[in-house]
Amino acid sequence: MDTGFIIEKFILVAVIFGISLVIAMYSTYAERKVAAYLQDRLGPDRAGPFGILQPLADGVKMFMKEEIIPTTSNKWLFIVGPGLALLCACIGTAVIPWGSPMEIGGKIVPLQVADINVGVLYIFGVVSLGVYGVMIGGWASNNKYSLLSAIRAASQNISYEIAMGLSIIALLLMTNTLSLKEIVDQQHGWRWNVLYQPLGFLIFMVCSFAETNRAPFDLPECETELIGGYHTEYSSMKLGFYLFAEYINMFVSSAVMATLYFGGYNYPGMDYMATLLGPTWAPLFGVGVFFVKIVFFIFFFMWVRWTIPRFRYDQLMNLGWKGLIPLAIANIIITGVVIAIIEKF
Amino acid sequence: MSTQVFYFVATLSIIFSLMVIFAKNPIHSVLYLILTFFTFTVHYVLLNAQFLAVVNFIVYMGAIMVLFLFVLMLLNLNKETEPVKSPLIKIVGVIAGCCLVVTLVGSFKAATINSPLILKNQGLGLVENLGKELFGPFLLPFELSSLLLLAAMVGAVLLSKRDEVEA
Repeated sequence: MDTGFIIEKFILVAVIFGISLVIAMYSTYAERKVAAYLQDRLGPDRAGPFGILQPLADGVKMFMKEEIIPTTSNKWLFIVGPGLALLCACIGTAVIPWGSPMEIGGKIVPLQVADINVGVLYIFGVVSLGVYGVMIGGWASNNKYSLLSAIRAASQNISYEIAMGLSIIALLLMTNTLSLKEIVDQQHGWRWNVLYQPLGFLIFMVCSFAETNRAPFDLPECETELIGGYHTEYSSMKLGFYLFAEYINMFVSSAVMATLYFGGYNYPGMDYMATLLGPTWAPLFGVGVFFVKIVFFIFFFMWVRWTIPRFRYDQLMNLGWKGLIPLAIANIIITGVVIAIIEKF
Repeated sequence: MSTQVFYFVATLSIIFSLMVIFAKNPIHSVLYLILTFFTFTVHYVLLNAQFLAVVNFIVYMGAIMVLFLFVLMLLNLNKETEPVKSPLIKIVGVIAGCCLVVTLVGSFKAATINSPLILKNQGLGLVENLGKELFGPFLLPFELSSLLLLAAMVGAVLLSKRDEVEA
């Protein structure tokens, strides 16, 4: 562990952290613009050209607002809740391979913070941890509606985690590895996993929507039934943390979907581009392609949110337990049988 | 370095597990238990058992403790609803605890520490090696235990279904 290694990783972490925050910031702006477009409105256009400074204005507003901690709340946990939500949202980026190794000044630098050999499981663990922020915050608020929301979040999270895990298993049967870096490298060029695992991808995507508490699965913040959901009692930047965590979660799950199923930084004709641009710029171009895919998925999240109405609670549970889990198990069996047949002949 | 980390994390494990018992509020107890499990995950990483570490992380911290928290939040326990335990139960508890301590002390005395266990294969805890072990020499116990879990699952579903039929 030399100093160069630590500095390299530190810079990488700082850059990724910065990018996640900026993307989350502008996702709030994009969400409002997408909503406006889909509803035939203009959306925010006052702050700066096209309202481009709107996220900054929102951020300043959040910071400046009065901070209220309810007297009957559990003070420590009330503060821990939003912090934990944001922390869990951010640590998921650590294992995502952002690009193929890049040459900087004769040195090969991997564009991934940690290539651990259980990367997929790590992501899965971080996702399952994410619900604690909501649960702790909702309980500590000492408000009936917040508590109901926390309970909803927990049951929803557990239900959809199962289907998500099962859909990943079918993918792992094909890739034979748990390392995200190797999974991406196997999808070189056009061999994206979504072509072999369309059903698995569909299940994974639906579960990602549920795990990030996005519409149509945003039952924990269903305002018609629960006032505001788990963040009813929150104000100022603590509320901001919760909202921000949702957008970072969206960014991370988009990145995971692009990595697992849509080839990460791979694109058709990448070998030609590699010879054309050289070992420094070609990986950067790959990173650009990766971010295009991520932005597309983020857009997709918003598109769905403003198109499909919210599920009812029993519909949510029916879909999870009676729809997605049997489908995911069938997917595993089909994948297993096909792999066995291919290996036989 | 690794030894110092171990002692640090081990101290944290003990402190957190004591807090699980001493916390007045059941929700706090569960939260301390989550922290305890997190320190266990770190222990597994220190032992180079990455798969166990991450499974402990997912299953215990991510799923089982969420369920615990879920149930406790539903019950909404507080001091008023806590049943007053009779002194008899307290005495029985103390006796049982003392028996456990005696058993533990006895077993630690019996175990000889002068021959530390050294793994032949240092990478046993990695996913690939663990999978080969599980599906090779330990295939039968592995399949049997999964059958047992399946039976338990079916039983649980059946138990929750029965009410509906009778009503």
